[in-house]
Order: sequence, then structure tokens, then C-alpha cells
Amino acid sequence: MTRLPRWLLVLAVIAAAFAVLPLVGLASRANWAQLPGQLATPSARTALGLSLRTAAASTALCITLGVPLGFALAALKGVARAVLRAILLAPLVLPPVVSGLGLLYAFGRRGLLGATLDAAGIPVAFTTAAVVLAQAFVAMPFVVVSVEAALAARDGRLEAIAATLGAGRSRILRVITLPGIGVAVAMGAVLAFARSLGEFGATLTFAGSLEGVTRTAALQIYLARESDPQAAVALGLVLVALAILIVAAAARPGRRAIP
Amino acid sequence: MRLRNPLAAAALAAACSLSVGACAAEDDAPTRVTINVYAAASLSEVFAALAEQYETAHPGVSIRLTFAGSSDLAAQINEGAPADIFASANEAQMGVVAEHVAGMAELFASNTLTIAVPRGNPGGVTDFASLANPGLKVVVCAPEVPCGAATALVEEKLGVILSPVSELTNVTDVLGAVSSGEADAGLVYVTDVARAKEVEGIPFAGSASVATRYPIAVLTGAHAPTAARSFVDFVLGQQGQAALLAAGFATSDGGASDVTALNGTAPDVTAPDASAVG
Repeated sequence: MTRLPRWLLVLAVIAAAFAVLPLVGLASRANWAQLPGQLATPSARTALGLSLRTAAASTALCITLGVPLGFALAALKGVARAVLRAILLAPLVLPPVVSGLGLLYAFGRRGLLGATLDAAGIPVAFTTAAVVLAQAFVAMPFVVVSVEAALAARDGRLEAIAATLGAGRSRILRVITLPGIGVAVAMGAVLAFARSLGEFGATLTFAGSLEGVTRTAALQIYLARESDPQAAVALGLVLVALAILIVAAAARPGRRAIP
Repeated sequence: MRLRNPLAAAALAAACSLSVGACAAEDDAPTRVTINVYAAASLSEVFAALAEQYETAHPGVSIRLTFAGSSDLAAQINEGAPADIFASANEAQMGVVAEHVAGMAELFASNTLTIAVPRGNPGGVTDFASLANPGLKVVVCAPEVPCGAATALVEEKLGVILSPVSELTNVTDVLGAVSSGEADAGLVYVTDVARAKEVEGIPFAGSASVATRYPIAVLTGAHAPTAARSFVDFVLGQQGQAALLAAGFATSDGGASDVTALNGTAPDVTAPDASAVG
């Protein structure tokens, strides 16, 4: 590797410090001796459990719907594809409170589908299902963009050969294409899980906050910092650790995917 | 080494521009003073109006207002935020910053809870007891924050236990859930109903027995303590009290807040409170 100019190294060190310092700040406020006790409280355990369960459900939803959407997007061409991609990926960068309001006006009691859902006896607002919907809304783009990019990188020769051999469309998809983009799907899913775990604004706006039902770990941290900042820090550190583990896991298959 | 000096100069310039009051005060007269007022979210409309009135009467002074939940503001003050004045929505949060209070905190207003329902009252709420009807979606503040602590007290006094569908961190979120029609009812302050357009207030018997009292204080870190004191007196004075009354607050007798007695033991003040209601 060539030697880097010194000024660049200085900026890089500042950047790294900027990224790491808030994590150090969190750790500096933790009461390490009491940490296990703070994490063992019913509120903390309930919130963490709810977060893990809803994030898992959200990831399943993201894969079930996001993979087909990625395929459909990759099948499009030109401007239509670019425009549709921009719209579908917008939740990644939307302010979460805006996502929450949108969900409210779509699935809420007075929303576009809300009245129909309510009449059918499926109320959404203030339920755990609302948490999963909020998470899936913001996390699905990770799966869609991952699948679309992986498909764009394939030349389609194997699929063409399989077709000449008489394989049906679904069979080609199942036996050739899907295994070919498996790593990309897994990476998208891992990132979707991480994003679901960290969801806060849309959940608070759309689902509310009630222990055991809608109060995920992020919401519990937000509440606990009012009365017990140390407990908030303890739960926050768990989320930091999970985030680092998840991103590390996502980066490893990523290296293999790019030869 | 070459880098360090310009950096230090820049830092100094930044520090000066951040604390206008401090740097301006060193200049010769006429001085321009900025007072940083940290005030509870429920005070936003009335304090904005009061600040404007005050600035008109005192041309050399500008009031910079910061509004948020009292607990957030208290935490920021304890972390060194440049506040000259703190106006809290309850006494417990003033107690949290007790070691930063210069002199005494004084009560300047009080507020009571009321039931907020979406316009038209689709849930058919009549009084506090009807909030316990099964099937009714009720949202409240979490017991950890001032409005939630008051809610828990009302429940206790009236002997009605609610099963809320959501416990939110501030009264604005409760108001949002009601005005959007997601919830059938919510417990908010009387003044919140006055400022919200999409909700109706339903008064209930016994609400007055749990009044939340608002203390205000000049802080020890104030850059312009004299000017800050003058604004506090303005809030406590006739004009301030009239504006608060018009906004739906009950005015207070201006007595000293209980929290001043707790000076020194501040960090522990809220702990027993929170556990008692939580």
C-alpha cells in the first residue's frame, strides 16, 4: 500500500474519533457493576425480548415481500426503474416520524385501509403488529436494493441454458437464480434486522408505547432516560453490541460476494 | 504545532459566538444581553408571547427560548447547557437541577389534567370513570414524566384504574394520538386542550385536587443574572400572570417552591417519586 499524505491521516483520525467517541461516552456513563442487574429488570427484559421478536417478524416480512419486489424492479428498464427505485428506497432516508405519520394515515383507524381493517376486526394501531409494520416499512429497502443489485450483476446465461433444457420459470428461480443471490438476500436480511432493532420514531408515532406490547428496547431507553439514565445506558450498550455484531456478520459474506 | 494556534483561535471565536451575553458584557455600554430561557413544552405559546412583550419593553435584551419536556431540559441543564432561566412543568424536575438554582425557585402557574377526546367524542366519554370502559382506547403519559405522575395521582384519588393502550413520554404525543383519532381519549393538561384544534376537553370532578405547579428560577450559570431576574419578575408580575391566565393556566400565589428546601440532595429527589407512582 502506498503511503498516505499526513493531512489525510489527521482527518481520518479525527473522523474515527468522531465515530467512536459517542460510544465511549455511553460506556463511560455505565455503572458496570450494576449492569447485569439493570438488564435483568422486568422492563428491560420485556423490552429487549419484544425488540428481538418484532425484528425477527419484520425481517421475515421483508424477505417474503422484498425479494419479489427486488426481482420485479430488476426486470424493469430505464427511467421507470430509476424512478420506482427512488420511491421504494425513500423510507431509508425519510425522517422516521414522517414514516410513522404515513403509516398512521394508511393503516391507522382513520387511515386509507384502517376503517376496512377495523371493520374486519383487525385493529392495527397500538398493537405489536403495528410495531412490525413500522419496522418492515423502514427496513424492507435493504432487501430490495440488495436483491436488485445482485440480479443486475448476473448475466442470465445459466437461466437461459436451464430454459432450453425445459425448466419452468419457477423451477429456474428456485434452483438457479435464488441460490445464486443467496448471499445478497442474507446480507439484506441482516441489515433489515439491524434496522428493525433500532427503529424508534416510526414505532412511537404509529404504534405507541406500552410495556410488553409496543415498547421496544429503543422506546424503553427513551423512557428510562427520564427517570433512570443508568438503566437507559445499560440497555443502550446492549443495542450497540448487537449493532456491531450484526454489521460484522453482514460484512463477511459481503467480501465473498465481490470477487 | 502549526495547526494548533489557528484551531485555538477558531475555538475561541466559536465560544464567543455561542455565549453572546458573556462576550458582549465585556464591551462598554450600551450592552446587548441575551437571556436563554429553558421552558416546559406546555409553556411554548404563552412564553413566546411574553418574551416578545418583554423585548419590546427592554430594547437591549433579547430572549432566546428553548422548549422541550421538563425532564429533557433538566437533564440538559445538568449536563451544562447554557441556560439562564428554567421554567419547569413540575417541582420534581426543578428539584433535579436544584444545585444549579440561584436563590429560590418560585411558583408562577399551575395546571390541571382534563380528558381530551377527538372532536365529536366518538368513544362516548362522559367522566373519568367512563375511561375504564373496556374497548375504549385511552392514552396517557408514562408515570416517569410530570403529566404521567399527575395521572397516576388522579387514578389513585378517584379510585379508577385505567388500562391505557399507550403510555407516552410527553403530553404532546398524547394529544397527537387523540387528535388523529387513533385513541378515543387521553389525559392532558387543560392548557393543551385550549391550544389543540382537533380535540374537545371533558372536565371531570376531582381534577382540581391534583394540580401541577410550575416553578421558575434563575440558574447559577446565568450569563446575565440581573436581566434574567428581571424577566422572572416579569413572568411573576401582573402582565405575566394575566397572559398565563388567558392561556388557561391557574395563576399561583407566587410562593416559594418546595424544591428549594431540597437543595443539595437534588439527584435523589425524583427517585422516590418515580417509584411511588411507577
